Amino acid sequence: MLPEQGIVVPGDCVIGADSHTCTYGALGAFSTGVGSTDLAAGLATGKAWFKVPSAIKIVLTGSFRAHVSGKDLILYIIGKIGVDGALYRSLEFTGPGVANISIDSRLAIANMAIECGAKNGIFPVDDVTLAYVEGRAQREWKIFEADENAPYDEVIAIDLGQLRPIVAFPHLPENTRTVDDLEAKGEKVFVDQVVIGSCTNGRIEDLRIAAKILKGRHAAEGVRLIIIPATQQIWLDAMHEGLFDIFMQAGGAVSTPTCGPCLGGHMGILAKGERAVATTNRNFVGRMGHPESEVYLSNPAVAAETAVKGYIAQP
Amino acid sequence: MTIQGNVHKYLDNVDTDVIIPARYLNSSDPAELAKHCMEDIDADFVRNVRPGNIIVARQNFGCGSSREHAPLAIKASGVSLVIACSFARIFFRNALNIGLPILECPQADEIRAGDELTVDLDAGVIKNRTQGKEYKAEPFPPFLRNIIEKGGLMEAIARK
Repeated sequence: MLPEQGIVVPGDCVIGADSHTCTYGALGAFSTGVGSTDLAAGLATGKAWFKVPSAIKIVLTGSFRAHVSGKDLILYIIGKIGVDGALYRSLEFTGPGVANISIDSRLAIANMAIECGAKNGIFPVDDVTLAYVEGRAQREWKIFEADENAPYDEVIAIDLGQLRPIVAFPHLPENTRTVDDLEAKGEKVFVDQVVIGSCTNGRIEDLRIAAKILKGRHAAEGVRLIIIPATQQIWLDAMHEGLFDIFMQAGGAVSTPTCGPCLGGHMGILAKGERAVATTNRNFVGRMGHPESEVYLSNPAVAAETAVKGYIAQP
Repeated sequence: MTIQGNVHKYLDNVDTDVIIPARYLNSSDPAELAKHCMEDIDADFVRNVRPGNIIVARQNFGCGSSREHAPLAIKASGVSLVIACSFARIFFRNALNIGLPILECPQADEIRAGDELTVDLDAGVIKNRTQGKEYKAEPFPPFLRNIIEKGGLMEAIARK
């Protein structure tokens, strides 16, 4: 919501009392999560302390194939380096592939930087960023770039064109497998619920992807399909585009913008032994309800196809 | 400041959802939170914990949600100190901010459940009396020690 309303702009230094505050790195802002006491101290004094993080450089080339998006890139990285692979460090995305990533996908990628322990995940400011920021920004922005000779702890090169839809199995985001692998082994993971939304994948692009797959189809018997647009504006846009018709005709339920079931808040709390595929960001023990329930993390295309098939599947 | 206590041992990536599950976040009363501390990873913790006990874990302790309820629940359960090979950064800040002592020690994994430790917080020296070993923890920079000594960030700022 903060980027959408132009409250956060490139070059900002942002703290928020939510671990997913790192989302705004998508706009080239340094943005990181803190606890409520830190936030209160920041409000009271206008200051916050930080240890300057060392960085991991992620060099991207190519562009995503069909049904692959930012979620798959960040799950791939977390699967590769582990849930503490970037602890205390900055994840810096760069390379010619960045230009081929939409702002909505960048927000999803930066959002989950925290899931490998990173302090922040940051993108360069380019034409895609400026096209998004112009007309929204309520303040002047400033573009920061990495020095050419900047040192990095590690450099990871990724060809976006090689990525395939990925699912993180319980109970850590690093437990990643491709849906190709599941299919090749003939494994069918049946689910009770599919959640499409949240601060990770509740943007209009995500809802359009899901709607395209769900159009004219229906959720499998016994599968609860829950759609949660991330903001009031996205909710309105989705409604005016007719996406809600598709979701409702597919047997879904559309929630008001909320964290909802992501952290076991409300609507779609999992019972003992239940399984969900969710486009959210965490699949820890008990995260979405009962300690003996299971959460599988995926992109919106996999989530939508899974809702129809009743087991984890890709379009 | 010297701390003495017996150890509850956990492994890697203890997340804040298991330290204090979200279903109990409708209260921020530390005593209420303490009743459910560690519930989803160790249902016996609340029954077994004694005042002064020490939690020891491996890598990335406190990962996940930024909820400050997590260190609050641990502190209110009577735990005097958390030692880990590494902490998730938000938990690290939250613990210091609410006055829960923590120490980062690469050899934390050598410590076993039930071991009796004597810890000199200022010197960062951990003595394992059960195993007869001694470990050195990472010292805090002076401005962080100031927050710890004042008992938390609120107290440190209020006195400025």
